[in-house]
Amino acid sequence: MLKVLKSGLFTAVQDIGRYGYLNKGVPVAGFMDGVSAKKANRLLDNDAHAAVLEITMTGPTLFFEEATYICMTGALLSATLNNEPINNYEVIKIKEGDILSYGKLEKGFRNYLAIKGGFKTPLFLGSRSLFSSVTKKNHLVDGNELEYDECSHFEPKISKLKVDSFLDEKDLMVTQGPEYGHLSDKQLEMIFGKKFSISNENNRMAYQLEEKIVGLSISMITSATLPGTVQLTPSGKLIILMKDGQTTGGYPRILQLSDRAISVLAQKKYGDEVRFKLNA
Amino acid sequence: MNSYPISIRPFGIHAILLEWPSRVDVAILEDILQFTQYIKECCLKGEEWEIVPAYNSVTLIYREAPINFKELKTKLLDWYKEDIKVVKRQKNLWRLPVCYDEDFGIDLKELSEKSGNTIDELVKLHTSHIYTVFGIGFLPGFTYLGGVPEELQFNRRPEPRSKVLKGSVGLAGKQTGIYPQDSPGGWNIIGKCSVPMFDPKAKEPCFISVGDQVQFHKITKAEFDLYEIESEVGIYKLEKIVLDA
Repeated sequence: MLKVLKSGLFTAVQDIGRYGYLNKGVPVAGFMDGVSAKKANRLLDNDAHAAVLEITMTGPTLFFEEATYICMTGALLSATLNNEPINNYEVIKIKEGDILSYGKLEKGFRNYLAIKGGFKTPLFLGSRSLFSSVTKKNHLVDGNELEYDECSHFEPKISKLKVDSFLDEKDLMVTQGPEYGHLSDKQLEMIFGKKFSISNENNRMAYQLEEKIVGLSISMITSATLPGTVQLTPSGKLIILMKDGQTTGGYPRILQLSDRAISVLAQKKYGDEVRFKLNA
Repeated sequence: MNSYPISIRPFGIHAILLEWPSRVDVAILEDILQFTQYIKECCLKGEEWEIVPAYNSVTLIYREAPINFKELKTKLLDWYKEDIKVVKRQKNLWRLPVCYDEDFGIDLKELSEKSGNTIDELVKLHTSHIYTVFGIGFLPGFTYLGGVPEELQFNRRPEPRSKVLKGSVGLAGKQTGIYPQDSPGGWNIIGKCSVPMFDPKAKEPCFISVGDQVQFHKITKAEFDLYEIESEVGIYKLEKIVLDA
């Protein structure tokens, strides 16, 4: 068991997500930054979909009851094992009774803690991802216990990765959304000609952007939305749906983020800047 | 003889959006569902597609790999020309129990004053019509029900409530629906349904599907309490009628 001594700001079990229930209104959920989560799982030779902890901004304090191996990727978050500093992007051996704590967030927003074999928490509708309508709680609380398989020996193929420039990226690659054709030249110029900053309304459901553009009032009949769908409201607000975002919507869907762009955006916090880049 | 002009557009690299003429129309929804059932059973069999129909559109999502848009668009247009009626489609008519007591139907009094209809008349109107599920979204298990008579078409509340209780039955414009969980919401609340619309522990977490029909029937507070307990312990028997679409 992994005991959660302190849960941190918003720490949640996430895997690749919940498939097959979009037509019942159930969002995919899953890793916000799939690029980073996959790296952590890869270093531990886990399945790409293995459940990890998604740690947002402030880390938890965790007690390991069995030996295992861990790896942290995504946001650069300082960490200590039994008060000794350890590195992100590196496979770390854990002994029975070790305590992992986190310190300062240096870059990015979401850190991924993978464990050898993945967390073995219960499956709900085929996924371990926490999402409140399905799993009651959408994040861990103090005292939670998470199951994992003991592993006393593992030889990683590679034991560390270079921290790449991924966290510094500002460009969000997008393709045209279904209602892209309704945009005026002026709106296009505003969308692709300037930077946007992340509003404080940002979470696993959606990221809103601070700067408004000219709004779009077209009569829309409710239709499907996806993670990465950029909606433009009549008042000119840009809303980017993320992994827990609703599955249908009534605002024009002007752009669609690439899978990678969703990961890039997931590492942005209040005040960070992004730019849209159209992939022709 | 599939006569609607349909437009097909890419929606990111993993999804494709098919749109029928832009209106809320049961015949269009039926055509969409007939077509999607046809392609699911005859064309995309064995492939892991997620299919999200809503009103006049359907979105096909394939997560495993990028979609070859041009090729799929051509195929879809060809498939639409085929005899899609060879697959038999069925839909369910669900009879859902609702308690319209004013404790639950907290906006009934106001709607009665606004419309000049008595509360009994409003309830009679709501229970005498059969509604069609045009979409499921907003929340897991939240159904967008169309077919609301004109006398029951009211604007959304000017300020949404921060908490509408699970099971609340609401009216907004041409739509009615049931809140599957506690949620903020701006619909006018007229009653409470005792059957959970979304149960993640159930084998089928949301029994209702797009294209199904719903009719509400009025129950007393005592029946509500009984059905709620029966639903919780899993012995409540939902009333449904299977219809040929």
